[in-house]
Amino acid sequence: MRAEKNDLHLNRRSFLCASTAAAGGLLVSLYLDFPAFAQEGRPSPPPKVYPPDAFVRIEPSGKIFITVNRLEFGQGVQTSLPMVLADELDADWSQVVAELAPAAEVYKDPLFGIQMVGGSGSISHSFQQYRELGAKTRAMLIAAAADRWKVSPNDCRAENSVVYGPAGKSARYAELAERAARKPVPNTVRLKNPSEFRLIGKKVPRLDSRAKCDGSQKFGLDLDLPGMKIAVVAHPPVFGGRVKNVDDQEARRLSGVKDIFEIPLAKGTGVAVVADRFWTAKQARDRLQIEWDLSGIELADSSQLRAKFKEMARRPGNVAVARGDDKAMSRTPAARRIVAEYEFPYLAHTPMEPLNATVSFKGDKAEAWVPSQFQTLDQMAVAQALGLKPEQVTFHTEYAGGGFGRRAVIDSHVPLEAALIAKRFRDTPIKLVWPREDDVRGGYYRPMHAHRVEIGIGADGMPAAWRHVVVGQSLVAGTPFAAMMIKDGVDKTTVEGVEDTHYNVPNFHVSAHHPVVNVPVLWWRSVGHTHTAFVMETLIDELATRAKMDPIAYRRKLLKPDAKKLRTVLDLLDQKSAAWRKNLPKGHAAGISCHECFNTAVACAVEVSIENKRPKIHRATLAVHCGLAVNPLSIESQFQGGIGFGLNQLMAQGAITLKDGRVEQSNFDGFTPPYIGDAPVAVDVHIVPSTEQPTGCGEPPVPVISPAVVNALTRLTGKRYRNLPLAAV
Amino acid sequence: MLSNSRFFIRTLLIVLGFTATWIVLTADAAVEGRDSQKLNSAASRPDGLAAWEQVYLVLISPRCINCHTATNYPQQGDDRRRHFANVVRGGHEGKGVPALTCAGCHQEVNADSTGVPGAPNWHLAPLSMRWQDTNDRPLSSAAVCRAVTDRSRNHNMDGRALLKHNAEDKLVLWGRNPGRRPDGTMRTLPPLTHAEFANATRTWVEAGTPCPRGR
Amino acid sequence: MATYQLNVNGQSKKVDVDPGTPLLWVLREDLKMTGTKYGCGISACGACTVHVDGIATRSCVVPVSLIGNRKITTIEAIAQDPVGRKVQDAWVEKDVVQCGYCQSGQIMSAVALLKATPKPTEQNIEESMGGNLCRCATYVRIREAIKSASEQLT
Repeated sequence: MRAEKNDLHLNRRSFLCASTAAAGGLLVSLYLDFPAFAQEGRPSPPPKVYPPDAFVRIEPSGKIFITVNRLEFGQGVQTSLPMVLADELDADWSQVVAELAPAAEVYKDPLFGIQMVGGSGSISHSFQQYRELGAKTRAMLIAAAADRWKVSPNDCRAENSVVYGPAGKSARYAELAERAARKPVPNTVRLKNPSEFRLIGKKVPRLDSRAKCDGSQKFGLDLDLPGMKIAVVAHPPVFGGRVKNVDDQEARRLSGVKDIFEIPLAKGTGVAVVADRFWTAKQARDRLQIEWDLSGIELADSSQLRAKFKEMARRPGNVAVARGDDKAMSRTPAARRIVAEYEFPYLAHTPMEPLNATVSFKGDKAEAWVPSQFQTLDQMAVAQALGLKPEQVTFHTEYAGGGFGRRAVIDSHVPLEAALIAKRFRDTPIKLVWPREDDVRGGYYRPMHAHRVEIGIGADGMPAAWRHVVVGQSLVAGTPFAAMMIKDGVDKTTVEGVEDTHYNVPNFHVSAHHPVVNVPVLWWRSVGHTHTAFVMETLIDELATRAKMDPIAYRRKLLKPDAKKLRTVLDLLDQKSAAWRKNLPKGHAAGISCHECFNTAVACAVEVSIENKRPKIHRATLAVHCGLAVNPLSIESQFQGGIGFGLNQLMAQGAITLKDGRVEQSNFDGFTPPYIGDAPVAVDVHIVPSTEQPTGCGEPPVPVISPAVVNALTRLTGKRYRNLPLAAV
Repeated sequence: MLSNSRFFIRTLLIVLGFTATWIVLTADAAVEGRDSQKLNSAASRPDGLAAWEQVYLVLISPRCINCHTATNYPQQGDDRRRHFANVVRGGHEGKGVPALTCAGCHQEVNADSTGVPGAPNWHLAPLSMRWQDTNDRPLSSAAVCRAVTDRSRNHNMDGRALLKHNAEDKLVLWGRNPGRRPDGTMRTLPPLTHAEFANATRTWVEAGTPCPRGR
Repeated sequence: MATYQLNVNGQSKKVDVDPGTPLLWVLREDLKMTGTKYGCGISACGACTVHVDGIATRSCVVPVSLIGNRKITTIEAIAQDPVGRKVQDAWVEKDVVQCGYCQSGQIMSAVALLKATPKPTEQNIEESMGGNLCRCATYVRIREAIKSASEQLT
């Protein structure tokens, strides 16, 4: 079965266009915009109709099932969106049960137009939507009660899953649900005044805690279906490699092996092993003797790429920003010029739950179970592979053990592999598993980057001129998202955090190169901000030191006057951390950083010392402006955890490297994320009180931590750290 | 003077008598176990030193030295990198800490299907038996020899006990059969066969466990 | 293939598997107990932690043939142990979990720690929990939950 790769992509592209047209002018059906979704100047999308009965189901027992239109992969959405709905619904929270929505039109992200989770959009995009859903359902329940009692709805009120009418009448939601469902859905509803919130804004504990603590929570990998088989695929050792020859004798000797066959992959071809159980499938896969055809394929090599990127960064690229006077730099005396070159490696996401997808092909329809961040695309890919239409694929969203962007892949390669294997069987659920080794070696990394920054410092110590070149693979070139995200040859995700900086630099020039490399790349929690914030915040700190100014004061001075959110968090950070910052033990230093992304501003202060030649982070204080804090408990978790995730960039083994086209790491022993000792001992999070639109909290924690820690280290050692990972301190 | 010299001679005779008795009593003492042979006290110092250099090569090979660290952690692999997952020594027993003990992964025999080595009582040698410095560099031949023969540090082992240890201890023997790595390949063996190692130890012990001079 | 009689959570379970099959996969696939998780397969992450005769053990690297009649305790039954129950309750009370995938292993390790060291210091916690990976990095709350459970137990 030779690769049908080109066909698949072509068909998907035309299908996507067709669906946009068919949706009758629904704006930007496939447009995915990182970082900002709510930009000025873009027309607001037409109102969509979301039938409440697709989102809320009240059972006779009183239990209220709320359907969540996003994957739950740690961010807490299965609690926070139901909270929003339940508040407007005036529901008894103790009766609420959250369910993850399967793939369907009605569950698409209201802004992005596809069903997905990403861009820190869970709350920010669905807050209004879920409020309305709750309010509409409440209105319908009241209408039902008013009907029954022959009174005006205006004489009724609702509280805690009960409607109260005049003259002491009351009825539970459970009693009214059936009648309410037959009531017309109101077009407009009154939403609560923030002062009326009972859940929104409160620290509401997660609904899924107990199940995740007693082993009963099922993730995608835990799925068990009658007749299910397990598949493990032999992937080429170099991306895009093709199978030339397979000797599967040894593999077939293992009892329980059902079938072994070649399959096309998103890139190249591989060999699938299907067996009764995972252990057999993996052992058999490992025993395959495969000769690979690597002809004509680029063998990516990290040391070569580093040299190449560094050289590219020394020339201007495609221009993203050209503001002010380009002679300003040459007018700055040499003594006040800095040139800084930075290097960033490939990074793997490695969510704790290995990648998996289960597909069962029934001939004229199919069923899929995927812990998916990209249900619309994944459903389409499965359908296409099986020769079906998307609506013929029942696509279940399973709970995911983390994602961080890894389960949102434009080519849907994991569910696609599962479908291609399932196609060989009938009515047999095939659970495809990527063992950890496959995950670490399998690509779709945060790209490598090089930065070169030249700064001309004014006499006042502030940057007067700034020339910034970024080198890194484009995340979307060659995909359906390219049109929207690449402008004038610059992929927005490569320069976000630099090009849109809130620092006031008058003569500002930003350009980018997008080399093509044979390594698949993907967004890694906070995307471009992972590297751009590191460069910006370490450089700003360096400038502050040169100007002999306090790092917070310097930032206050340099930020644009209208950088409201950033100014607010800097102030709050200062207030909450001044006491310990001014009282550091010997050998400890404080490091500061601040960054805004996905419309959320974060300021960070860390206390660092050096222990056993590594940074030891004793504490982190964070100040956050995310608009209205829907669930402050969840936000605190996201920030405490997000900075722990971000610290991957500083780990000694926090890099994926390639030699002769092959990834050198294979598991957590070679690519090592932070363990408990690498993460801060204590993290206090302070949220700016606000009633503004809620903005995202999933990604904003990540960019601030690495520069803050490194800024502290520089204070301790006097060294600059511009090449990640931090191999030595 | 005369009384002193008579006292001296009498003491000397007594000491010699004890020594002779000791020699007679120990000369034929059987060494239990596989390589039990009569210990011969005829090995020369040069022979002993040469034999020690052989023993030293084994001791600093990865299968042995990886657990004779000077730090808070074991090493693994032929590249002697720090053992992954932050496993640490624990108390002086060197068996790890609660929830992260050696026995939590290392069983009593090798687990070849998963690539985890095993032997009874898997643990780190105590710090007194370190053969590296805190920068993970093997100590010199002289330094290791001193460590190995210092009875205040080596669990009070004399030459005979050292021979028994090298010949028969389960963890030492594990080095001969170190099992498969997770990738299926066999772990590399120490540079001598077990017989060569035991014989070299014997020669060295017979020579009175001499140590090379120097640091 | 060989037959093994395993003692799992106090019950005798008979399984017919290849001797080299790690205990993890016997639990998950033969006994359908999916609370114990697969994270890496090389004992680097701790998601597969169970107790074997009370010792926190990484089941992904222990072949079922080496278990014998030792008592296996998994996350599904740890609440029957008073320390286990307290730890789970503390985990819920402190809202520790995010994606939750690593937490079975975290809890099993924490229980082993508290049973051996009822009043652990910060260093004890860091060392004993030092081999359990959490990609969501819920470490701050893990520390808090362990300390809370310790206070309630002592």
